[in-house]
Amino acid sequence: MKTPDVIAVVKDLPPISLTVEIAISACIIIGGIFIFIGSLGLLKLPNLMTRLHAPSKATTLGVGGCLVASMLTFWQLNGEFHIQEVLITFFLFLTAPVTAHFLAKAHLHLHRRHDNSIPPTDTDHHWSTFGTTLNQDSAQPKPQR
Amino acid sequence: MISYALYFAFGCVSVALAMNLWRLAKGPTVLDRVLAGDTMVVNAIALIILYGILDLTTLFFESALLLAMFSFVSTIAYCRFLLRGDVIE
Repeated sequence: MKTPDVIAVVKDLPPISLTVEIAISACIIIGGIFIFIGSLGLLKLPNLMTRLHAPSKATTLGVGGCLVASMLTFWQLNGEFHIQEVLITFFLFLTAPVTAHFLAKAHLHLHRRHDNSIPPTDTDHHWSTFGTTLNQDSAQPKPQR
Repeated sequence: MISYALYFAFGCVSVALAMNLWRLAKGPTVLDRVLAGDTMVVNAIALIILYGILDLTTLFFESALLLAMFSFVSTIAYCRFLLRGDVIE
């Protein structure tokens, strides 16, 4: 059954088949759980470099689940495919690693001098964002060759 | 069934937003706060999309897309400001 307008079917329950309904509900629940886990990790993990993992992976996946559910819903309702959800998914999945990378880089550069929260690299070079100079200004000992 | 799943997801996202707010208030460094704000925007996008499913309108997708773009740009600008002391050189 093809509904001509979204607004027209707002109040009546649209004819969604049971399997699609189960799929939509599963996507919504999985997405919600992933968003919850991402923020729990943001709250509970010990330092920034570990805290970066939770929102940039789990929360992005959770929003992806919600967007898949939305795509399925409106595809079932209208019989047409909305490009906006695909755009949002694409944009979020594209920008989350870039954001996490920039945050990690800013953290490394801000805490380079006076902090031992940056983990050692176990080579005689420092982290590559500091350039190709040898590891001379940090406290970590050079490994024995 | 979808509405019960939606209410469950609303609860999850709301608790997640509260935890992000806790991290935003507590965060030891500035970058923790930037990360918490970015996560809050992503959770707000999820909330907008879930409300769109509940209300059966496609009206809110543009706002979700705009929020995604602005959160990305603002986070990058903040990191660049912290790194360089300037956003546009």
